[in-house]
Amino acid sequence: MKIILIFISAAVVNNFVLTYFLGLCPFVGVSKRLSSAVSMGMAVTFVMTISAAVTWLIYNLLLVPYHIEILEYVSFILVIASLVQLVEMFVRKVSKPLYDALGIYLPLITTNCAILGLALFAVLRHYDFVESLVFGIGAGAGFTLALVIMAGIREELELANVPKYFQGAAITMIIAGSLALAFMGFSGLISI
Amino acid sequence: MGKHKATVAHEFIKGLWDENPVLISLLGLCPALAVTNSAINGLAMGLATTFVVTSSSIIISSLRKVIPHQVRIASYIVIIATFVTVADRFMAAFYPAISKALGPYVPLIVVNCLILGRQEAFASKNPVGRSLLDALGMGLGFLMVLFTLGTIREILGSGTFLTYQVLGDWFHPWLVMVLPPGAFLALGLLIGLSNWINDQRAKA
Repeated sequence: MKIILIFISAAVVNNFVLTYFLGLCPFVGVSKRLSSAVSMGMAVTFVMTISAAVTWLIYNLLLVPYHIEILEYVSFILVIASLVQLVEMFVRKVSKPLYDALGIYLPLITTNCAILGLALFAVLRHYDFVESLVFGIGAGAGFTLALVIMAGIREELELANVPKYFQGAAITMIIAGSLALAFMGFSGLISI
Repeated sequence: MGKHKATVAHEFIKGLWDENPVLISLLGLCPALAVTNSAINGLAMGLATTFVVTSSSIIISSLRKVIPHQVRIASYIVIIATFVTVADRFMAAFYPAISKALGPYVPLIVVNCLILGRQEAFASKNPVGRSLLDALGMGLGFLMVLFTLGTIREILGSGTFLTYQVLGDWFHPWLVMVLPPGAFLALGLLIGLSNWINDQRAKA
């Protein structure tokens, strides 16, 4: 039961993009077209799930037993950076079509703060291994959801008459604000 | 940038407005939105980020001829993460309340693209003095925006400024401004305003 709650909480109630402001760079940068938004969402979910598992292992099997939690940030970011590289090589070997579909977005995931944020939140909330894994999948699903909704709106927006000074980033922020307002409707659904 | 030899003072000033990291380049948006529900939080995050970007720029600029090109990004990230750990421990020790309010957003300074961006675009190619000024300007430009956003959101959302009551009893706090949607709306309007100001300056 707790597993399901963690998933729903990460996906909609505490959406990573709209409540925690994590992963905003790709949210603004890659939400111009629906197709690339879907690819990006998939890539992020993929890396998030794997990195949630690996950072949990690093933290609980290496940092805690040797009392070197101070190295948390340094080791997490190094692990994530090398993980993204490994995933990139792996995907290229195993499935060329998937690799081509993800393209440039795969290496860029290293600098996506949602990945590091996920690892830090999992440590902060004392999740066990399975919970961290589900948390990663849920957060990835939430990220994809927000990105796809945003891309859909922005495709329509090309036909709209936006005031001159609000074109581009400004109107994107204001739309994100309205989306966040809508997502606030989920708050109180469950509390963890 | 880089092609024409800019004056030393310009390296510092450009970060404040013309190349402002948040308003113009849209870098470091996560902290700019996440911690600006009060002016003091915005100020603390701005100071921490300024410290990290300045210190890492000094180190990376001094090591720019030593760090091998292939592993430069990984090296930058390790240096940045070290300074973030310093800032995080310092805040936890001396300002525990603020450290608790900022939560995981202090360690997340590591992945603030503003910092890595300055190292890659500037500190790795320029001498220490110029890199220091560039980082300081960018950091202060970032701090200014965070403090402004925090001030607007705190006054509208809770009627206070730096926890002092500034608006009277007649004012009904606009609660949504301290919640996530308020952050997006306030930054959207601020970017629109800066576009308008730049346009007016271009005309004048």
